[in-house]
Amino acid sequence: MNIHEYQAKAVLAEFGVKVPQGKVAFTVEEAVAAAKELGGKAVVKAQIHAGGRGKAGGVKVSKSLEEVEANARELLGKTLVTHQTGPEGKVVKRLLIEQLTDIRKEYYIGLVLDRAQGRIVMMASQEGGVEIEEVAAQHPEKIFRETVDPATGLNAFQANNLAYKLELPPTAVRKAVQFMMGLYNAFVAKDCSVAEINPLVLTGEGDILALDAKLNFDDNALYRHPDIVSLRDEDEEDPKEIEASKFGLSYIALDGNIGCMVNGAGLAMATMDTIKYYGGAPANFLDVGGGASEEKVTAAFKIILSDPKVQGILVNIFGGIMKCDVIANGVVAAAKQVGLDKPLVVRLEGTNVEQGKAILNESGLSIVAADSLADAAQKIVALV
Amino acid sequence: MSILVNKDTRVITQGITGSAGLFHTQQALAYGTQVVGGTTPGKGGTTVEGLPVFNTVEEAVRETGANASVIYVPPAFAADAIMEAVAAELDLVICITEGIPVLDMVKVKRFMEGKHTRLVGPNCPGVITPGECKIGIMPGYIHTPGKVGVVSRSGTLTYEAVYQLTVRGLGQSTAVGIGGDPVNGTNFVDVLKMFNDDPNTEAVIMIGEIGGTAEEEAAEWIRQNMKKPVVGFIAGATAPPGRRMGHAGAIVSGGSGTAESKIQKMKECGIRVAPTPSEMGSTLYTLLEERGLLEVCKTN
Repeated sequence: MNIHEYQAKAVLAEFGVKVPQGKVAFTVEEAVAAAKELGGKAVVKAQIHAGGRGKAGGVKVSKSLEEVEANARELLGKTLVTHQTGPEGKVVKRLLIEQLTDIRKEYYIGLVLDRAQGRIVMMASQEGGVEIEEVAAQHPEKIFRETVDPATGLNAFQANNLAYKLELPPTAVRKAVQFMMGLYNAFVAKDCSVAEINPLVLTGEGDILALDAKLNFDDNALYRHPDIVSLRDEDEEDPKEIEASKFGLSYIALDGNIGCMVNGAGLAMATMDTIKYYGGAPANFLDVGGGASEEKVTAAFKIILSDPKVQGILVNIFGGIMKCDVIANGVVAAAKQVGLDKPLVVRLEGTNVEQGKAILNESGLSIVAADSLADAAQKIVALV
Repeated sequence: MSILVNKDTRVITQGITGSAGLFHTQQALAYGTQVVGGTTPGKGGTTVEGLPVFNTVEEAVRETGANASVIYVPPAFAADAIMEAVAAELDLVICITEGIPVLDMVKVKRFMEGKHTRLVGPNCPGVITPGECKIGIMPGYIHTPGKVGVVSRSGTLTYEAVYQLTVRGLGQSTAVGIGGDPVNGTNFVDVLKMFNDDPNTEAVIMIGEIGGTAEEEAAEWIRQNMKKPVVGFIAGATAPPGRRMGHAGAIVSGGSGTAESKIQKMKECGIRVAPTPSEMGSTLYTLLEERGLLEVCKTN
């Protein structure tokens, strides 16, 4: 799960991580009021769940209340297109009004999971304010790492090592160490999956501040963080994905025109790949899970059909735990309820496959049966 | 011969009185697996399916002589269940549970250092040695005893591969689901080493997916060490970057972990990559034919 920058900064501040003073604004009036509290000057920052906002014109330094007002008016409601939003962009509905910071130098600090080691790694670089992936690709030697032993947590000496490698002025080292310890503590306490401070800045006064902050959270751990769940902004998510999550379905919207319903995440991905291989384009990823009920299958089917781009549907089920007759009943029920008028190809294999095929045949629906995944993909690609 | 589990494996089910634990214990018993008991705290002293239920794994192991466990405990308690099984010094722990917080698994991994227990999973279908022992949620009847090893991060793609093998008369030595989580107990290289050393395994199908670099590391290991032919498949070529594709570990982040880079590396390392998931079985069949191994692998 993602949250906005202003929310991430509030979470981090609880752990003693220093962030600039600021306030969220949903309207121009709120933006001006917030800027007044900051003495009239402020940075107006568009809050969307995507990086690259600065380059896309979503961050405006404003030297007066009039400028704050003009910038807030311009940004609120504007569709911002960054390299992370996709070409359709995202509409700005919230702003962060933040105090101006006197930046002496920009750095990068991040925490990620090292999957091979099964441990958290803190990364630091003097190359702040740029994409860390680019630094990693072109100058890997410019990224310093400390692997954290979960038995001790991040040790102060490790943060110290990183601070010295960043060549911070001696007076700022201690502040940086405190910053890093706070960041690690927040990461662990809130079950983050990614924490990125880019840039971390050294100010003119010698302070260490998080000028930007990105926190992503482990979906598996959200059950123990109701405070984080309450930060969810449904405006940032695809409505179909929200609907799917209510039914415990794993759904991701894509750009193509062939809707997919599959059991198992690996098979669902492989089904998308096979559609592409035969020249088609999947409209979604959808895993109905191992123990889906008829109701769940019906809900899945309706969500797929609510996407106006969908011109045909491929159902691919390898019934192990999931029984083919249950899937077949769900498909028939949903198709009848919504009045299916688009081509439907179904490939069933596994437990109760014969009953499943019989249910589809006797349904009176025009369903194209397929023998294998390849056969199914070719058939649906030919039909849309 | 086989790897990890066989007819002598004595299993307990952790979470045996829950709906998933009970259902799959019944299925395992029906398959002929030696399930010798189970645990559910608070239900000790009762029986399920004629099997004794214990409050703790320690007690279950002492009373039944179990050497393996399978975990069907809800995600919030599953990491603790794994550590309980490790502390009881079981040889093998298979965790089926999906949805364990990643940082819980980071702790588990640390806890397991220096201990002899092998963990398979979490978020996996389990392990089956056809005709001998089924531990997990896979449909038993699609499997046939034989000489092809299968290792996969995905459950249903494992079934797909096994089914394609079975219909071609190619049985399986053991099929291992290592799970779709970013931090797991057993990785591709661990399983490949076992298949390489298993006299009953003649060839391997390895099924990976996007996210992480486990497939690349496995491919490099294969290039340097593997004596047996390997067919590979990677799911997720069409997955958008930055999105978690169902499995917690299936995510392309920062340009790494793409299907393209994994397939490329596998090909460079001499692995025959199936172009679509429908062709895993046929690709292996052709490869065995070329290597003169088809007769040895054919089970009927």
